[in-house]
Amino acid sequence: MMKYKAQIALLIALAVSLGLSMCSGQIDDYYLDILLNVGINITLAVSLNLVNGHTGQFSLGHAGFMSLGAYGASVFSLQMGDRLITVFGGQSVFATSVTFLIALTVGGVCAAACGWLVGVPSLRLRGDYLAIVTLGFNEIIRVVLQNTSGDGAFGGALGLKGIPLYTNIFWTFGVAAVTIYTISCMVNSTYGRGFLAVRDDEVAAEAMGVNTVRYKVTAFVLGAFFAGLAGGLYAHLRGTISPEGFNFLKSVDVVVIVILGGMGSTPGVVLAAIVLTLLNEKLRDFEQYRMVVFSLILIIMMIVRPQGLLPATLFQRRKNA
Amino acid sequence: MQQFVQQLLNGLFLGSIYALIALGYTMVYGVLRFINFAHGDVFMLGAFAGLYTQKALGPLMTSLPWPVSAALVLVISMATCAIAGIVIELLAYRPLRNRPRLNVLITAIGVSLFLEYTGQLVFGATQVPFPPLMPSHNVSGLGELTVTNVQVLVLLAAVGLMLGLRFVVMRTRLGLAMRAMSLNPTASSLMGVNNSIVISFTFGLGSALAAAGGIFYASLYPSIEPFMGIIPGLKAFVAAVLGGIGNIPGAALGGLIIGITETLVAGYSQKIGIPSGYKEGVAFVILILILIFKPSGLLGKVEREKV
Amino acid sequence: MSARLELKDVSIQFGGLRAVGDLNFHIEAGELVGLIGPNGAGKTTVFNLITGVYQPTAGSIQFGGLKIPGHKPHQITRMGIARTFQNIRLMPSLDVFDNVRAALIMNLCHGIAHALTRGPKYQEEEQRLENDIMELLDIFGLKDASCTPCKSLSYGDQRRLEIVRALATKPKLLLLDEPAAGMNPTEKVELMKLIQFVKDKYQIGVLLVEHDMKVVMGICQRIAVLEYGIKIAEGTPDEIKCNPKVIAAYLGTEDQKQKPDA
Repeated sequence: MMKYKAQIALLIALAVSLGLSMCSGQIDDYYLDILLNVGINITLAVSLNLVNGHTGQFSLGHAGFMSLGAYGASVFSLQMGDRLITVFGGQSVFATSVTFLIALTVGGVCAAACGWLVGVPSLRLRGDYLAIVTLGFNEIIRVVLQNTSGDGAFGGALGLKGIPLYTNIFWTFGVAAVTIYTISCMVNSTYGRGFLAVRDDEVAAEAMGVNTVRYKVTAFVLGAFFAGLAGGLYAHLRGTISPEGFNFLKSVDVVVIVILGGMGSTPGVVLAAIVLTLLNEKLRDFEQYRMVVFSLILIIMMIVRPQGLLPATLFQRRKNA
Repeated sequence: MQQFVQQLLNGLFLGSIYALIALGYTMVYGVLRFINFAHGDVFMLGAFAGLYTQKALGPLMTSLPWPVSAALVLVISMATCAIAGIVIELLAYRPLRNRPRLNVLITAIGVSLFLEYTGQLVFGATQVPFPPLMPSHNVSGLGELTVTNVQVLVLLAAVGLMLGLRFVVMRTRLGLAMRAMSLNPTASSLMGVNNSIVISFTFGLGSALAAAGGIFYASLYPSIEPFMGIIPGLKAFVAAVLGGIGNIPGAALGGLIIGITETLVAGYSQKIGIPSGYKEGVAFVILILILIFKPSGLLGKVEREKV
Repeated sequence: MSARLELKDVSIQFGGLRAVGDLNFHIEAGELVGLIGPNGAGKTTVFNLITGVYQPTAGSIQFGGLKIPGHKPHQITRMGIARTFQNIRLMPSLDVFDNVRAALIMNLCHGIAHALTRGPKYQEEEQRLENDIMELLDIFGLKDASCTPCKSLSYGDQRRLEIVRALATKPKLLLLDEPAAGMNPTEKVELMKLIQFVKDKYQIGVLLVEHDMKVVMGICQRIAVLEYGIKIAEGTPDEIKCNPKVIAAYLGTEDQKQKPDA
């Protein structure tokens, strides 16, 4: 029974989110919104952690993958949503759920495909170069989206509106739970040690028979997929999206969460996502000071505690004899 | 043909500014093997330094002949930003001297954000007009080409500064120390070079050039705001990589290429049927191409990792 | 499939520098061969050529009949060649157990899908791997340290771990790059016994690059000598000891001894 504790934990998490979701009418809209943002940020952070933390590849373009997921899912919902709902028997929880699931998957797959396209040429570059190239790709995606026709499917610079508001607690925390489950289970297997080996010493890992390129691309693609899911959730929460919202600064937001939490530490990153999302809300009235504070936190963290709040090494001790 | 030459010239002026910023990136990388992410924001600080210097000098601006007042503003801003660059290095980067490079890169991102958002607090978020440093008029005698005296002066000043930099790097002892450090920091310190002083000097010099770039940019496009450094900074970084990061003439060459390509794309985008907004992506496409096909840059050397 | 390594007329050029020139060299299955030469002779370069880190600019390298150049290092490891490094390259954030575990990835039956579903086949394989690793660590006296971060091990233990890790890839040929570097005389004797033990127990060939002549002469069946990238001598330890070219390479000739530095 204990051998399957990961799967059981996942099922429990899904059940709890479903339960909470059904009571969400009781929660004040304002707090509900914050809660959903926490969930989305958890997914973003854990997925970026796979790339930056576990595999040691510094990606600064996560918002680009998020935007592809957001746009992919939204365009699908707007263009095909109604038709699908009719196919599934008209407006009902079942029909909208299935449609949303398909829309999210479409968004995730778009993001993953782009992750592959970006990863394959870039992943042979060293740390600082990779960071700039991923930033470059983020910008290219933004520029392309911004220059699409205003009347077309992508909405140009003004973006898309009227996206159906399907996001709720179940979807948000369900996706977050699946993300955490997938990445934790994968990294903690023998296969998953490959990611850490690539991070620690690529040359040695290659010499041990580890296909470092394949690991790096896999991390990138998976990270992009989950970022895409987060983007889809984000779009169907806000109802409107525009290219500006997924720029380099948004990527940096996610990077700050990963660094604060501790690179390579899933619990740390989840904690940081919660803390920073809440902190964001608290400082919303002081929007001007928010980023000044965050940037100082970042600088001081790197000097004083670069391993983050809950360093990965805390969880890597095995409990054997 | 006329249009082509016009675009070429516009690109040249823009490119010379990118070149000035790129030089700072390439010098710091050469000496420290580190990309100073916050460099573009020093460019922004330079523009604002120019603005506030003009305000501080007040009546002197009009009473002195414009070459003198312009030079005064330039020198004061360059000096201020040089000091700013040195202070940033001392406070944020020096404590991380022996840490993994990625950590320093992240700190640099933090410094960049800090400068931008503090700038927003201090200078305000909206675009601020930059008072002209000199009266502007079109240069006559060039037929149908439109070129202002400001543009010509910017180009001349930029070239002058680049030549000045070359002199410092090739003919002075500090320049020699910089070159030694960029080849082998351990050996250079064993030869009596004070690495810390060289690093501070490099940061100061690079920041001064970025500040000059900021003032020239503000002279050509006279409205400034705290985030104005992000995009030109990134493009200048691409220019440095294009030319071969760590290579000083390479940075100048890279800056010119990026400036000209971008202007040409913007100018001819109508003809090839794409929205002119795509010009913003040009620099990044160039970056990706160069890193795939010739990562050491046009003038750079291949660096092998010893296994 | 034989485990014979063959280098024919292998050269590599770095710009104007010819690091290795026209090297002809072979190792039969199960042989213990030494590769020596002054610093900068190109010994590690030869290792890097064999393991695919560098591609030769001329000549051919074959292992068990398969061509080596053109393959990536991890593919060459799968062919049966493993190595250690001059400056120990362990995975610093992983403990002893996981360092060895990383070397078993290439023979895994399970991939991402199994890691996620964690069915009985996955559990079985993970258990088998754990048993294999602990057994291997036990043979080499590292079993009790299995949960220790590898950075905390003594230098000698770290070197041993690197060899264990290389052995976990089940190689037919093991390349050891200066394994005795930094060791005291006692540790060196232990190392010699260890290498002999590994060769006999696992029936693999060993190519040893080493500066310590006692170690080299003590265990190698055959020795090749490089100087400036060229092989200047090859033979049994006794033959090499007396070879005038070898002596000249290490100590200089009579003429050189008398000339002042230019």
